[in-house]
Amino acid sequence: MKADMTATLAASLADEIHHGHAAEAQSRGSSTAPSPSSSAVTLDDVSVSFGGKVAVRNATLDLATKRVTALVGPSGCGKTSILRAINRLHDHTGGTVTGTIRLGDLDVYASDTQPELVRSRVGMVFQRPNPFPTMSIFDNVVSGLRFNGVRSKSLLADAGEAALRQAALWDIVKDRLRDPAIKLSGGQQQRLCIARALAVEPEVLLMDEPCSALDPIATAKIEALITELSAHVTVVLVTHNMFQAARVSDETAVFLLGEDRVGELVEVGPTTEVFGSPTDERTQAYVTGHIG
Amino acid sequence: MTGVPIAIESSRPPLAAVVRRDLVRETARRSLARRRLAGRVATSLCTVALCVSLVPLVALIAYVVSRGLPALSGGFLVHTPTPEGIPGNGIGNAIVGTLVIVGLAMAMAVPVGLAASLFVVERPGRLSGVLRFVANVLTGAPSIAIGVFAYAVFVVNFGYSGLAGSFALAVLMLPIMVRVNEEAMLTVPDDLWEAGLALGSPRARVVRSVVIRSALPGIVTGNLLAMARAIGETAPLIFTIFGSQFFVFRPTSPMSAMPLTIYSNATQAYPDAQQTAWGTALVLMVLVVILSIAARMVAAHLNRKTR
Repeated sequence: MKADMTATLAASLADEIHHGHAAEAQSRGSSTAPSPSSSAVTLDDVSVSFGGKVAVRNATLDLATKRVTALVGPSGCGKTSILRAINRLHDHTGGTVTGTIRLGDLDVYASDTQPELVRSRVGMVFQRPNPFPTMSIFDNVVSGLRFNGVRSKSLLADAGEAALRQAALWDIVKDRLRDPAIKLSGGQQQRLCIARALAVEPEVLLMDEPCSALDPIATAKIEALITELSAHVTVVLVTHNMFQAARVSDETAVFLLGEDRVGELVEVGPTTEVFGSPTDERTQAYVTGHIG
Repeated sequence: MTGVPIAIESSRPPLAAVVRRDLVRETARRSLARRRLAGRVATSLCTVALCVSLVPLVALIAYVVSRGLPALSGGFLVHTPTPEGIPGNGIGNAIVGTLVIVGLAMAMAVPVGLAASLFVVERPGRLSGVLRFVANVLTGAPSIAIGVFAYAVFVVNFGYSGLAGSFALAVLMLPIMVRVNEEAMLTVPDDLWEAGLALGSPRARVVRSVVIRSALPGIVTGNLLAMARAIGETAPLIFTIFGSQFFVFRPTSPMSAMPLTIYSNATQAYPDAQQTAWGTALVLMVLVVILSIAARMVAAHLNRKTR
């Protein structure tokens, strides 16, 4: 019975990968696909610790430009810690990051690197939609631009519209841009947050389980959006849902807890390979549902 | 920040995506130095404001310590007052009086405050709205008015006594307690209420086992801080406890208390009396600090146990 279920899960995962990739190859076309060697972000031997307690250690990982990389693994294995290291969000939560992270040619943790500059080049979308509750839809979308010193009204209007279009939200909200953002549904709020991040024109978009608070229909829309967005930005997606990783990602990085309960990166590679023929036996066990 | 006209239907052709992107990135990069400078200026202003607000506090503590410390010779805490010029002066009777009076006041105010705040939280409606409003107004009531009130209803009928002082302090603390208790109980998430009710328990049982238990750290802290506030109040005692030169443990008799000792000694011309006032002020201040720290420690302990 148990073995049956496992086999079914593995089969449906393989199915997802096939479908996902066929659709992707169509939507993207071969000319826009970047060479896999170019990396938007490189992590070299990165560890994150909180108050002396190591959460995740020695992760070395290249995030390919304009591709979707999924970080998967069970809770507490450091996926989100790695994600938040990329835009220096641990500066505010007291986490310590060691190792080297490069954003293009910028050393993210160099002493003369300004965190604001890093964050204006790396957008982020969080688990729960978090539009600013006191702002209208329009003010939310352009808030990042205003925080970054953009004052030109025409530029704000153009960029706001473009971001909302990119987030597939323009047709829904174009007649009520002055309404409070919190009047939107949960899925729409999350797309608004994606638009807000995109408006600042980031090179990289970090998404921390962006669908975990959404229903399946809203999730499907966000997933479709992720695939479209990867034509323009590099997407890093943390997810618990392996089907989601299989559906939307090009590359997958698997994090698991090591012997001493510290998170480790155990395998990284093209999604088809990680799910289809994993080289690490722990990955094998995880993706087929034996552990985790 | 608001009020930007949104040019949706303008005839102006929108910027090409590439141009717009470069413009946004360039603006962000170029304005960063200015924005960081503005941030640093704001941070320094906040630091200055913090220092300004700390100056009176630190100055007060330093002054009371420097003036009060010489009074704290051996026996100051345990002796009774001596006449002017006679050595061996002390405020033992005032310390005992304060502890008895404030202890009785707590015994009166805490149960009533808890019950009243439960009513406000549990039975939202016109009556609890009125109750909440009255509590808010009374929180700001001048303590001398409370003293006069206690004189009118208590002293006039039963004479001066420590109990009358306790009554006045209880009246002073009650509205504060209702407010802090209500706030503590409102932080208990609705989920917990519903989880308790869904198990078939009566509301009263949910209140006792879940709501009060979860809100306990806040309730204890709030009540102890109300006590710290009451312990230094002078005006309600001036009209009620009369004062005494001896150790008095029976609350139905006139008693002494530290704020009253400070008040009566500080208004005298003799240097010894003024010295006594400073010394008493120091003892009282230390007591309040200890109470505040105790409130935090109790809350932290309860938080560790319940979370």
